[in-house]
This record gives sequence, C-alpha cells and structure tokens, in this order.
Amino acid sequence: MAITSDVLVIGGGLSAVTAAVSAAREGADVRLVSHKASTLRQASGLIDALGYVPATEPAKPLRDGPPTAGRELDPDEWPDPEGPLADPFEGIDRLPESHPYRIVGSDALREGLALFDDLVGDAYRGSHTDRNALVPTFGGAVKPTARYPAAAEAGLASDHRPMLVVGFRSLTEYDARAFAGRLEAAGVPFDVAGAEVEFAEAFRADAKITRLAKALDHDEEIDGVPAREALAKAVAPHLHDAVDADGGVERVERVGFPAFLGDDRGGEVRDELADRLGADVFEIPMGPPSLPGLRLEDRLFDALDAEGVRFETGNPVVGVESASDGRVEAVAVDRKGRTAPYGADAFVLATGGLVGKGLDSDREGVREPVFDLHVDQPDDRYEWFVDDAFGDQPYARFGVRPDERCRPTDADGAVQYENVFAAGGVVGGADAAREKSASGVSLATGLAAGRQAATEANQ
Amino acid sequence: MTRHTDDDAEGAGRTNEASGGCGDCGCGEPSPGVPEAGRDEQPSVFVPDEGEIPETDAADAPDPTRADGAGAADRAATDGGVESASGGTDSTELDPDAYDPVDVFPGGDLDLREGADSCYKCTSCDTSCPVAEVDDEFPGPKFQGPEQWRLKRKDDHDIDESITSCSNCMRCDDACPSSVPLSQMHNEARGQFVERQMEKLSVEYVRNRILANYRTSASLASKFPRTASFAMNFGPARWAMEKVMGIPKERDFPEFATETFREWWKARGGAQVENPDKRVAYFHGCYSNYNTPEVGKAMVRVYEHFGYEVMVPPQKCSGTPMFANGMLDDARRHAETNVENLVEAIGDGADVIASCTSCSMSLRQEYPELFDLHGIEDVAEHTFEALEYLRIHEDLEGELDAAGGLDDERAFAYHAPCHARNQGLSRQAVETFRDVDGVKMEDVGDSCSGISGTYGWKEEKYEKSMEIGAEMFEHMEDAEGEVGMTECPTCAMQMEHGTGYEIEHPLQLLEDTLGA
Repeated sequence: MAITSDVLVIGGGLSAVTAAVSAAREGADVRLVSHKASTLRQASGLIDALGYVPATEPAKPLRDGPPTAGRELDPDEWPDPEGPLADPFEGIDRLPESHPYRIVGSDALREGLALFDDLVGDAYRGSHTDRNALVPTFGGAVKPTARYPAAAEAGLASDHRPMLVVGFRSLTEYDARAFAGRLEAAGVPFDVAGAEVEFAEAFRADAKITRLAKALDHDEEIDGVPAREALAKAVAPHLHDAVDADGGVERVERVGFPAFLGDDRGGEVRDELADRLGADVFEIPMGPPSLPGLRLEDRLFDALDAEGVRFETGNPVVGVESASDGRVEAVAVDRKGRTAPYGADAFVLATGGLVGKGLDSDREGVREPVFDLHVDQPDDRYEWFVDDAFGDQPYARFGVRPDERCRPTDADGAVQYENVFAAGGVVGGADAAREKSASGVSLATGLAAGRQAATEANQ
Repeated sequence: MTRHTDDDAEGAGRTNEASGGCGDCGCGEPSPGVPEAGRDEQPSVFVPDEGEIPETDAADAPDPTRADGAGAADRAATDGGVESASGGTDSTELDPDAYDPVDVFPGGDLDLREGADSCYKCTSCDTSCPVAEVDDEFPGPKFQGPEQWRLKRKDDHDIDESITSCSNCMRCDDACPSSVPLSQMHNEARGQFVERQMEKLSVEYVRNRILANYRTSASLASKFPRTASFAMNFGPARWAMEKVMGIPKERDFPEFATETFREWWKARGGAQVENPDKRVAYFHGCYSNYNTPEVGKAMVRVYEHFGYEVMVPPQKCSGTPMFANGMLDDARRHAETNVENLVEAIGDGADVIASCTSCSMSLRQEYPELFDLHGIEDVAEHTFEALEYLRIHEDLEGELDAAGGLDDERAFAYHAPCHARNQGLSRQAVETFRDVDGVKMEDVGDSCSGISGTYGWKEEKYEKSMEIGAEMFEHMEDAEGEVGMTECPTCAMQMEHGTGYEIEHPLQLLEDTLGA
C-alpha cells in the first residue's frame, strides 16, 4: 500500500478543511480526499455559530397512538425558537446534552472560529466580537451570524444608514423590491428601497452569475461602456428612491447587489462602484450558485496547500479496506471502477449529513456508508418526523453520536473504532437549519476531531 | 486485418495469432469479441444466436465456462455472450434481468432518467463551467444535461445547437454533488445533434470531422514530418485554412516527430524488461506517438526502472476529440480496436496505463458510458494514468528520495488538465515532486486552459478559448518557473501558445529525477 498518511480526512467542506488544518498544525502529515468539488460553493459564505435555540418540547403534549403522517388529526404544535441570539456562546448551555457543542465544548467553537479567522484573513469580518451580526440574506430575511464576508459588511441590518437594494429581471431567484419590503416588514432601523435596473439584460436571459462576475472582474465593455461604469449608470437614477419616515426623499448611503460583484477582483469592483455611486457597496449572500461560497472555497483550499496538506478531489471513499483490533488500517477509494487502499493512523469522517450525502437513507433506515457507523434513529419511519414543518424534526438531528474525543459510538455508547473521528454535518444532535449553527458545528467539531486524530496518529 | 493501419502492423500479427479468432479467416461467422471488418455496420448490441459461438474462441479464455459455448450464449445480452478475459465484475456477475444494456447508436437513447431525476437544480455545474463564464450564448451544463434530456423525451424537440459549444471539459461532472452523469448526457445529445441535425456537407461538419480525427491527419503527416510541420504552419496555407476551414490562423500546428514513438519502440526491440508479475499495456494515444514521443519514451523508461514489463498494443484514437465533436460513430470504430487489443493485454495480466489524462478519462469513463462492447468494462477498470498507477503501487516518494533530486534546480508552472481533475489527479504532480530536491513546482490554479482539445481549434471559438485561458496564462507568468508542465497535450499547446513557454510532461521530469 503506497498511499498513506498520518491522518486521512474524508470530505471537502468546512469541517473537513478545518480538521485537516488543525491536524496539520499538530504536526501530522495529512491527506484530504473528497468525492466531488467542495460543497462550499453551494454555501452562502456566511459563518454562523448559533442564532437560535429551538424548542425541543412541543407547545402541547404529543398525542398518543400511531403517527398520523400529516392527516391533520390533532397535529402537533411547537413554539417559536428563542432568538435571534445576541451572543452564540451564551445559548450553548440551553442546547440538548447530545448537541455537538455540548460534547466538544464552547472553547472548541471559540478556537474553531479563531482558526477560521486565521485562514481567511481580511476577507471576513466579525472576529472583533463574540456577538452575532445581523446580515440580510437574499430572501429578505436577516440572519444572525458570527462571521461574514467583507463584501457584506456595509449591508448589516444593525446599521442605520438608508439602503438601496438593486435587482435584475434576469436574476429570477431574487426580487429587489420584495427583498426591500420584507426587510422593512421585519422592522429594520433604516429606510430601504428596492429597484430593478437594466444591466444584466445586456447578457442572455439566463446568463450565469459567473458570467456577470467575470465581466465585472475584467471590466468588459458592454455596448461600448465598461461593465462597472455601465452598472453604476444603471443604478444612479435610483439613489434617491428611499423614502424617510416623513415621506421625504432620502439619498441612500449604501447600495446592495446580489453577490456577483467580481470573483477574483471583488474588492476592486466594489471600490469602483462605491466611488462612482458615492455610497458604500455591499453584496447580499445568495443561495447556490454562490460566489461568496466559491471565493471561500478558493481561500480555504489555498490554505490547505499552504499548510502542507495533500488533497485530491474526484474519487469517493467507499468503505473500510482493512481493520483490526478495533482500528481501521485503510479505507477503499474508488478510482473509476477499481478501488485503491488509502492507509492512515487516524481517520476523520467529514462527509456531511443527509443533504451532503455523508448519510444515506431509504425507506428502511439511515446509514453512514463509509465506516457503517451507528446512526441513532427510531425504528418506525413515521417517528422520523413531526407534523409541524418548523417543529423539532427528529431527522434533522440524525447522524453519528461521538464521544468527548469525537469518536463515533455504537448503540451502547461504546467507541466503534479507536482511530476514527467525526466532524461536521455527519455528526448528529444539532438541528443546524433551525439553530443557524451549521458552520459553527463544522468549525468546532472539525477542530476537535482534527486535533484528536493528530494525537492518535502521533501516539 | 483492415482495421489496423500500417503503423500498427507489427502488433496486428501478434493479435491474430494470440486470439486465434475466426474474424480473420473470412468465413463470415460473427465472432464475439473479435471484431471483423464490417462489424461497424452491425447492431451495436451484438447478440449471437445460440450455437454460433465459435469454439476456437475459448483459446484465450482463462475462464472455464467459456469453453461451453451454449452456456455463454445464455448471457449474451450485454457482452456479446462472452465472459470477460479477466473476470471484470460487471461481466462475470452479470444478472441479465437486472442489467439494462446501454448504447448510443444505433440501439436508441441511453436511459438517463435516473441521472435526470437526481438533479436538484443547485446549479453547481453552471458555476463550474468555463464556457458559460465567457460565452453569453451558452446556456450551461444544467440545460445541456438534465433539462435538455427531459425536453427531448418528446420526438418533436430538436437538440439545441448550443450543445456544440460545450467543450467536453467535464468539470460539471466533478462539480455535481448529486452525481448526475452530465458529460454522458452531453455526449449523447451532441452525438444526436451531429447525426440528425447537422448538415453533413457543411464546412463546420467537415472541419470538426477533421479535427476529431486528428490521428488520421497525424498519421499522414508523420510520413513526411518535416514537410508537414512546415506546410501546416506556412502563412498563406494558414490563411487559407482559416478562410476555408475555420481553423484559426493564430494557432501553430504542433510539430511532428521525425521518429514516432512506435517507430522508436520497434527500433529498440520492444520491451527491455520481462516480468509476468508486473505488466502494463501502454496506451500512448496519438499525440505521444506522432508529436511528443519523448513522453512515451519517458513512460517506458520509468516503468522499466520499476521493473515493469511494458507492452505496446496496437491502438487507435481514444475518442476524446470525437466525443467533443459528436462523432460517436468514429469514436466507436476506434474503440473497437482499442478494447479488443487492451482486453487481450489485460488477459495477459496487464493493467492499462495512459500518459494523457484525456485518454485515461475516455477509457475509464466515456467508454463504458457510451459503448456496449465486449470487455469494455474490464478496460475501464484496469486503466490508470501513468503517475497515478506508480503512486498506488510503488514507493514513489522513497524512490525519489533515494535518487537525490536534480543537481541544477528547475522550476515549473504546473497546470492540472480538467480531465485529470475528474479522475482525482489534479494535485498528484505537485505532491509527487514537492519534496524532491532541485524541483520547484507551482500549481497555477484551478482554471481551465481554455483549449479543451479541439474547442480552441475552431475559429469561432478561438477568442473564447483565449479568454478562458487568460487566468491560467496570468498565473503562469506569476509563477517562478519558466517551463510549463501538464499531462494533457492540448493544454500544453494552449500553455505554449499563451506564454511561449516550453511545456513538459510529469513523466519526463520523473525520468530525470529518478535517473531512469
């Protein structure tokens, strides 16, 4: 077996990168293997830690008897979650004991965020405080988040300056006027207007955001006018669209765009637009495809390279190749039909949850496909969910159950493999969507699992 | 046998002798696994009637069940009724009920519904597409793949012409978190477009056919390599080529080697190492044969250094440029020769090694996705890229360490080809040489070079191609090294074209650093 390392990290997202770097910084020789291009490109680029503490008890006792499967027979009800939290660390004690934050501790979150700050440098903001920032996202919601891209800085909802939000007819997933309306309805402390402008129409109706970003990066000419100038000209007539509390016209001091303001030269694009508009310019994080996610991916993989981590993308880890005495010796990597063994002293499983395909499911059950680790779940499929879509859905917390060293345990709580550690979405116990905790869980467990794996390998 | 060109003649005799098939005797009996002239016109899913299995065919089969012709005929549906030479999983554990034979032509469409259903429209493929990033008219892989596949379920929908703008870089495959077979969908749609909708007398079709069949031109040119190298790059001729053929005059045609790899191989007397336990069959592809035989020579010397017996079976084009131009019939014809000869080598205990990452990609992924030929799954499973294989099976790092590195420091600007990326190989060169003394190698980033095989060789795509490549050129200029490095011949052309650098293949550096 020729392909070996001290630590092998399986996965390509935030938790995998965090685990790889933290293991490397403990002196381990680290290799990272991920099946597909990093899922970071589908992420908003916001780094949340804990925005809400959702209720784990229903508003009224759950009825007895078989589940109704949505037949509206006495449906259950759940209270609204507590939040948005001003301070994510302050809410950790109120999470269930099986929550990853309770297992690895709030220090792991703090150190994970510090590691992240170190890796991304000045591309991100928010490290000056423990407190959550409120960042408007493209649906017009405001998300409590611990770190945010520098490009989103001028858009914070806690800022009182009047705001213009710009949209384009061809970007159908996002409507600037609806966005402004929803922000206003949420009671933000500033005046906001939305405007749809003519710019993206110069491109084909379904031009990709990467196409728009590239045009702005290179300041390509559009009908004879450089792209950045053309965009500023399109926006300029709307700078007085905001209306103050007395019905008066107000000049906006900041302008928000969907997140396509350049890829490699985003700072330059924003600066030029700000200069031309006489207002700060910010990006509104979008759903996938997400340029902030792509930029984060670029930064983190550059960081992996700088830390000396070996990485490869394109082939999946499909199972355990060999194991003995409760330790995995090698995993099997499928290289287009033939598997090759990848040996290591310790392994970090960071393959994601149900969406990321780190967990596999069908009508019979939910499985972890690489190491076949135990995934705690009710036997009856009808108990995987509750009626209230925003209730405490059991499936949302599915995943492996780690011990205090991040090693997954079996149904009896015994460690399954001495040298296998888990991080990120594959770890159960968090309801990341309701808590707004996905990134923080990845950073905290990634940091802890990476360190533990390095310790294991060094022994 | 007609399908072997003169260049392959020395190998053809061996093939016939070893297979002992009846394909050459002219008796007209269909002989599964041993294609004969005219088989191209036969149905692609070849199902022999019972009793037609020639007994002589059992000679090269280690599997005892093959001696029983009737037994083999029972499982005829997908593999021509013949057990695989090497026991590849799909062929030996075949469940005829569970297995749905796929082939593009003429057996109908591929069943790609499952792939289409797996798409949840996250659009990751679109953001990874280098063409969509520069071409306003290209709707991106999500449309070309799952959306177009759904649209054309109804007969009255033509394939959108924009499919011809897909460069087949296959980055969408790598980007898709849901494993939608995007490139397979594109290949199928492009093949159908070219077959059903493209004017066969158009300049574009003829030009694309010529580009796709590079091997044919290269084979001719290598008869008079010096003349050809001059004539192909002669100014007035290039002007005429652009005007008449749509081949951009900005590009320089690659030089043809005065001695092809196969000529060298023959002159040297073939393999210098014999080792029945460690055998590899080298798929050199067209470019290493006609244009850069030094890459092929490096492969041979490096593998012999590690004690491998190198075989060089007769072979044709891997099909990569043909897939990209929708010329699936051409690709299939070449695939038949390749699969036939490689299956035989696999039967002799060899794994298949390619030095071009597009060739290895084609044999591993596109072959089994697009063609239903006897043994094609075996070929896919036994194929590796040259450096990849050594990294899996040899202690390359230890060996490089022991060799002590280079005396004079050399710096390289390395570009990972898109097709290497999809095989998980994008970092292997940088990581292999990272700790070698005297070698400095920088990865110039993850952008596509922009040439994508034949894409950048089309006049109407030339500017887009250079725009895609701009980022790579920039990063190459920034890198310390003044020599470029990549596994892909056309990426190498683009790198050279954009920077003027000399470009090497990692195998050449491996040869130097190992002292092989």
